[in-house]
Amino acid sequence: MVPPMADQQEFAQEAMQFAPQLYSAAVRMTRSRTDAEDLVQETYLRAYRGYANFTEGTNLRAWLFRILTNTFINSYRAKQRRVQETDLDDVEDLYLYKRISGIDIASRSAEDTLFELFTDDEVKDALEALPESFRMPVLLADVEDFSYKEIAEMLDIPIGTVMSRLHRGRKAMQKALLDFATERGLLERTPEPDHQLTDG
Amino acid sequence: MADCNDTLRELETFLDDELAVETRAAIQSHLGGCLDCLQAFDFHAELRMVISAKCKNDEMPPGLLSKIEMCFGEDFDGDGKIG
Repeated sequence: MVPPMADQQEFAQEAMQFAPQLYSAAVRMTRSRTDAEDLVQETYLRAYRGYANFTEGTNLRAWLFRILTNTFINSYRAKQRRVQETDLDDVEDLYLYKRISGIDIASRSAEDTLFELFTDDEVKDALEALPESFRMPVLLADVEDFSYKEIAEMLDIPIGTVMSRLHRGRKAMQKALLDFATERGLLERTPEPDHQLTDG
Repeated sequence: MADCNDTLRELETFLDDELAVETRAAIQSHLGGCLDCLQAFDFHAELRMVISAKCKNDEMPPGLLSKIEMCFGEDFDGDGKIG
């Protein structure tokens, strides 16, 4: 049965508000603005056709992200040049925190916050540099704020795998961020030892 | 009562808001009295906000909304035409 037109119009209108979010996420997934644009269009086309499967009153945003993720995994990933899925180096816990908080505040200006420490492009690059199996959970959790359960369903992996990939992906991303800050000379490569006071 | 090790081990699950109520309360109680752990948690909460904000601000290509309208066959931007 074809759903009533009014409902479908309302649905389309509702769905449009998520276009900017879906587009940004699509750029992070595909690492290409052109592919992201195609991916978002494909997502809306599938959403519109599959509208009958959407249960009124449930989370429309999560439903659209699920379609986005599925479309990416099934179509765009296959289309993109196959990248060797590398594993991540083991990075210690609290990697960035230990290095940034260990540095004397004097070497950072008073109003320096984490927000100003890294540029938008550096944060995007750090996320996009993650291998896909780590990038997807980190994107869906840290950027899009989905729960472990929602991410497990979207990626079709167990919740425990979501958690371990988040843990390792986040640490690798922190290491990339620290490298960027160090390259720009914002942070010393190794913290300088305190100057010894000498008398005479 | 959670100690520093217990607390730091749950840092991510706490910030992900995925802890059971009792565990969350134990962590919160520890954070109330431990400045070192609180600083570590605040740092990661701030980092999470920075990552989120900076990774979702891409400007959509100008024609994208029109292309989506074509998928829907509806004139949402009110320009009198579809697409």
